[in-house]
Amino acid sequence: MSQKVLLSSKEINIILHRLACQLLENHLDFSNTVLIGIQPRGTFVAERLRKILQEEYGVKHIDVGFLDITFYRDDFRRGEKTLEATQTKIDFLVEDQKVVLIDDVLYTGRSIRAALTAIQSFGRPSEIELLTLIDRRFSRHLPIQPNYRGRQVDAINEEKVKVMWVENDGKDVIYLINK
Amino acid sequence: MSELSVNHLLGIKYLDEKDIQLIFETADHFKEVINRSIKKVPSLRDITIANIFFENSTRTKLSFELAEKRLSADVINFSAGQSSVRKGETLIDTVNNILSMKVDMVVMRHPNPGAGIFLSKHVSASIVNAGDGAHEHPTQALLDSFSIREKLGDVAGKKVVIVGDIMHSRVALSNIFALKLQGAQVKVCGPKTLIPKHIDSLGVAVETNLRKALNWCDVANMLRIQNERLDISYFPTTREYTQQFGVNKALLDSLDKEIVIMHPGPINRGVEITSDVADSKQSIILNQVENGVAIRMAVIYLLASKIK
Repeated sequence: MSQKVLLSSKEINIILHRLACQLLENHLDFSNTVLIGIQPRGTFVAERLRKILQEEYGVKHIDVGFLDITFYRDDFRRGEKTLEATQTKIDFLVEDQKVVLIDDVLYTGRSIRAALTAIQSFGRPSEIELLTLIDRRFSRHLPIQPNYRGRQVDAINEEKVKVMWVENDGKDVIYLINK
Repeated sequence: MSELSVNHLLGIKYLDEKDIQLIFETADHFKEVINRSIKKVPSLRDITIANIFFENSTRTKLSFELAEKRLSADVINFSAGQSSVRKGETLIDTVNNILSMKVDMVVMRHPNPGAGIFLSKHVSASIVNAGDGAHEHPTQALLDSFSIREKLGDVAGKKVVIVGDIMHSRVALSNIFALKLQGAQVKVCGPKTLIPKHIDSLGVAVETNLRKALNWCDVANMLRIQNERLDISYFPTTREYTQQFGVNKALLDSLDKEIVIMHPGPINRGVEITSDVADSKQSIILNQVENGVAIRMAVIYLLASKIK
């Protein structure tokens, strides 16, 4: 197994700032926009973006929720293991709101398909956008593309993109791992 | 550890502590789901479940059916009263006929202890025991412990007294197994005639004085007298039973501390507990019913994910 650094802490920070600015450009004061981090790892991206938008760009209030998609996945009983759920925490209605779904890595697109179904349980959003930190192009199983992307990566199927966060893993870094 | 150690839920006796924790963690997520405005998830859309009830049930049957529907499973219901069982069909034949219609899971209630265990050895479907005679009622015990955990934070170390007809109650036996497995202390309380002789072999103490038992416990689980299973007279009159083993508000208020009151239902109001106790803020009887759906969703989800 070999691994190389795809993005360093500094590069991640620059990219997050660019993504925050792009969100700001489209949503201004976030009065009708909510950010939804997809569990488990999209939540870190969502929280970072909220922090940047509030602390550095003076946005007063942003609703951020976490969405677990386990029960909406299309691979139930298809793998060896039982799919284990994580917490969903959405304390607001998404009815008539602009929803930005946020995940760390976009790969086959199946998680996003599940998230699109899952979010309907919380109302009917006026529109849904997708933000991903890493976009693994050429590996999609479904016609799903991000509206905002951090970095596009050409990775083959045997390779794995691993995103690490200070909050969870002790440091900010993204690796490309060759199994 | 992310899957159950068993392929059927036949009784708490066959589970280990990790299984119970996994069921509870999964049920936490389902409890959040059933409190959304849209309460349904599509997980089990390719699973068909048969609810086979050879004995009367309201709460358990509704709760299972709702849990299955919330998971998007296809559901068929079968009650022995309207079936060919009356015409002399055997249990295995009945179930195999149902299974040949491509059913993946069977939820069964049966008056004979061990019916689920017997069935699991002869048919290919995953079996969930929804009560087998006076033997076990595992989902009830799981939802009882889940409700204690929700109310008091943890089950380990808590003192629970089970009051009433211990002898004929499957809820009592399953609860004893579940509570002991999670490290709770358990006492049983009731007329001596309704307490099995060797119950101490399960690590359970017996207390025949209700006031002492209530003063000792954190939680009192009040059971109904199982009149349909009483072949002989075990106590002189219902009135005398109520005087000695019924909980009323005056008794509850005179205790040293505030205890939690549970009841698996159906309640015989005025017999084992009075209405003001059942409806008091110390009672978590309706929370138990709500948690029942979440627990059954968790059990069905976890078992279904093991069906190949």
